Amino acid sequence: MSFAFHEVGKTTKELGLLNEGDCLENLTGPLGNPSEIKNYGNVLCVGGSIMIAPLLLQVKAMKEAGNKVTTVIGARIKDVLFMEEEAKALSDRVYVATDDGSKGYKGLDFLKEVLAKEKFDRCVAMGPVVMMKTVSDITKPFGIPTVVTLTPIMIDGMGMCGVCRVTVGGKMLFGCVDGPEFDGHQVDFDELIHRQRLFLPEERLSSELWELAGGCKCGRSKA
Amino acid sequence: MAEAKPKPKIKKEAVEMPKQAPKERVKNFNEVALGYTEAQALEEASRCLQCAKPQCVSGCPVEVPIPEFIKCIREQKYGEAIAKIKEKNSLPAVCGRVCPQEEQCQEKCLVGKIGQPVSIGRLERFVADWERENGFQTPEKAKPTGKKVAVIGAGPAGLTAAADLAKLGHDVTIFEALHLAGGVLVYGIPEFRLPKKIVQNEVNYIKKLGVDLRLGNLIGRIHTIPELLKNGYDAVFIGSGAGLPQFTEVPGENLGGIYSANEFLIRVNLMKSYKFPEYDTPMRIGKHVVVIGGGNVAMDCARSSMRLGAEVCLLYRRSREELPARKEEIENAEEEGLVCRFLAAPLRFIGDEKGWVKAMECQAMELGPPDASGRRRPVPIPGSEFTMETDTVIIAIGQTPNPIIQRTTEGLLVNPKHGTIIVDENGKTSLDGVYAGGDVATGAATVISAMGMGKKAAKAIHEYLMNKK
Repeated sequence: MSFAFHEVGKTTKELGLLNEGDCLENLTGPLGNPSEIKNYGNVLCVGGSIMIAPLLLQVKAMKEAGNKVTTVIGARIKDVLFMEEEAKALSDRVYVATDDGSKGYKGLDFLKEVLAKEKFDRCVAMGPVVMMKTVSDITKPFGIPTVVTLTPIMIDGMGMCGVCRVTVGGKMLFGCVDGPEFDGHQVDFDELIHRQRLFLPEERLSSELWELAGGCKCGRSKA
Repeated sequence: MAEAKPKPKIKKEAVEMPKQAPKERVKNFNEVALGYTEAQALEEASRCLQCAKPQCVSGCPVEVPIPEFIKCIREQKYGEAIAKIKEKNSLPAVCGRVCPQEEQCQEKCLVGKIGQPVSIGRLERFVADWERENGFQTPEKAKPTGKKVAVIGAGPAGLTAAADLAKLGHDVTIFEALHLAGGVLVYGIPEFRLPKKIVQNEVNYIKKLGVDLRLGNLIGRIHTIPELLKNGYDAVFIGSGAGLPQFTEVPGENLGGIYSANEFLIRVNLMKSYKFPEYDTPMRIGKHVVVIGGGNVAMDCARSSMRLGAEVCLLYRRSREELPARKEEIENAEEEGLVCRFLAAPLRFIGDEKGWVKAMECQAMELGPPDASGRRRPVPIPGSEFTMETDTVIIAIGQTPNPIIQRTTEGLLVNPKHGTIIVDENGKTSLDGVYAGGDVATGAATVISAMGMGKKAAKAIHEYLMNKK
């Protein structure tokens, strides 16, 4: 089993201190509905940041189902872009983009030209909410069915807490039991972005206190 | 009200159970009710008439032999008393605390006709606590039958079914989705009403019966029921509860500061968010909290909020008479400072510039004719809109069954309206060898009714297994 995570807050920083063979007190999964994989024809897969890792699993599955797959991988800056080689090995074609243009295309606007030239039957987008919103906005005028993978804040991930409620097509759904995949053209992204950021001050505080305490309660530190 | 003449020798008044004083207890999460002393238990036990045809037993969903265990208390044979209870009830320390005895066993108690009924629940709690302090006895198990049963969910229904099946000699595995066993007893009911260590002890007792408990194992995702049946389990009991929160679906419900009762209680009970940042999961509560709803869960949310320092208003769309919560819980909450606003419901939630709730617009109600539930239906009064300022809203208007198992088990018949699994009177579902009980079959109800169904289903599963092939 392999894990991909980006060290941004306390928990991911703590995870970063673990070595192969170390123990976690509790781990459960997979949660959520399985992805819909079948032969759609020509598929566009767009992955951003850490979500490139699970996106490539879909790329692989989509290829195995007989699709032609074009993959776009992106990140904020080139230093945090990863798995480019794996993407190339799995896909028919790969585009690279960064927010600041430090590698590949600057932003995702280039996709409009790609879509104008070539007909896609399905788009799969996984990444930061803002990125998935951008992709959905770009594919909508072309009428490409677009599936986004949402990871709203959850406590249990199995349908109990209701924190992960998202508005999709005007209906309240739960990210955990109804998702994680939803129709990107129906999701209320602005509400989702707001809900993702509700506890940002606490998340920052937690992370800063952890750093101040030298990294870890048990005395181990990254240095 | 004219009072009937008390018969000689029977004390009309029940022995009160000591409690933490309201002003003190509202500052801590420790248990509110402190339990009888031995002397108090003996005095209360002496009030039992030891009826030849006890009515109390018929009021108990799991048929605890009540007069017999009270007789043992009178004779100071507490070990025998608890053994008597455990013949029928594997979670006595829990039931002694959270059962609505006033509408079950105690409602039927003959002493109740002339005064206060015998405090059966308090006596059950006394012997269960006595056992915890004096060491658990492990009951004898039947000869192994070689049959394997999977129990899904370690809540009241699942724990009861597992215990009964294990005692009958079956090899039982409980699959629990969360990282702790207990279900609603640990994520829902707060510490001050049911301390976690008591639940833990009851769970340990069930493990001692030989039950294999697997945590972090969400059936429907990690394994499905058809997979369990294919992989060596001879029968399955589903006790996955009613965990999916319901919302009001009025505008603005997705603002910050609006929590489902489940979210709020999980943050407080399981994640200890009131100790943030010492514990990782945060919680913002503010000064004013509105709890919407009127059941026991609403009371638990309100009383937890007061312990976090907030002033709490309960908003309920019917009147005091229709409040579904236990009377004792309502009294406790009001003693602690709860303010109730009856006959009102929310129309919309209003946010501040940062997207957090700051107020709610409500509408007054009046009671119309009874609805399908038999309770009078609340009807909005036009022009009665009013606004309440608040920092936090907790929505405690009920839960429906978690849909994961229903969606991943082909052929399992489900009530399309309520999402409950359809069962016969013994808990049998539409699938051979698959039984269900508790809230997943009934919709949200009480701990003891779930236990009653777990018991019935265990009996039916036993018969099914022994007659199979």
